[in-house]
Amino acid sequence: MIAFDSLEKGQVIGSTTIHVNRADLVRYAGASGDFNPIHWNERFATEVELPNVIAHGMFTMGAVVDVVTDWVGDPGAIIDYQTRFTKPVVVQDPAGTNPAGHEGTAIEVQGKVGALDAEARTARIDLTVSVDGTKVLVKAQAVVRL
Amino acid sequence: MSINTDLVGRIYPAGEPYQVGREKIREFATATKATSPAHYDVAAARALGYSDVVAPPTFAIIIAQRADAQLIADPDSGIDFSRVVHADQRFTHHRPIVAGDELVTELHVDQVRTMGAGAMITSRAEISTVDGVKVATTVSSLLVRGEE
Repeated sequence: MIAFDSLEKGQVIGSTTIHVNRADLVRYAGASGDFNPIHWNERFATEVELPNVIAHGMFTMGAVVDVVTDWVGDPGAIIDYQTRFTKPVVVQDPAGTNPAGHEGTAIEVQGKVGALDAEARTARIDLTVSVDGTKVLVKAQAVVRL
Repeated sequence: MSINTDLVGRIYPAGEPYQVGREKIREFATATKATSPAHYDVAAARALGYSDVVAPPTFAIIIAQRADAQLIADPDSGIDFSRVVHADQRFTHHRPIVAGDELVTELHVDQVRTMGAGAMITSRAEISTVDGVKVATTVSSLLVRGEE
């Protein structure tokens, strides 16, 4: 259990790296029901002027929140979660690799206490999410009830 | 074809209930690389006070995107799905979603903003149990890129 009174604004709650390859995108498409071909078909993605196949924004949003869930220990404690999708996460398919075994694109995540509400006993965790040093999500914030 | 700004205020009523399955929660948790045992293991979820496995924080997107599909498919809307980009997303959980829930969704079109040849459409899905208990509110903005 996290003690609300022990938290300080700016405190880092955790960080991790999530790897995403083409097989992960197929799996997410199936699980979510979002079969937009820009997330699995390179020809289609480039024809609509994307650099390559891109991850579902909702894959990234869904995966990076694990740093918060892991910290708080109870997924149901996350009462609000939002983000803006600013840059696509491009997922390459390098020649000679197994798309299900390749390490894929590395998404770096760090969570920090952004705000504390002593009355509501909630903490807002601000997530910094980047690929190769470029932020891919902006205003990624999860509110946790403690 | 351009986006119909008269969509603002439109409500798409709840259709068939969505049955939240234990295996679907596990499948979605695996697909989002979620690690909490409460998504997978009934005993772990019960130890936290839930009746069954708990959905990950973004699970409601499955239900919200089904509701959005009605809007996108509405011939009245003028939305070309191949030109849609997800701009932002928010989930507000009134209570966690757990396996066994039967959920219905009412979709509200809150805003349509034309941007050059394209448009930004903000929709809100109000998700509740079939008994009328509020479960989640999701808000999505979709950017429909204009044809140049």
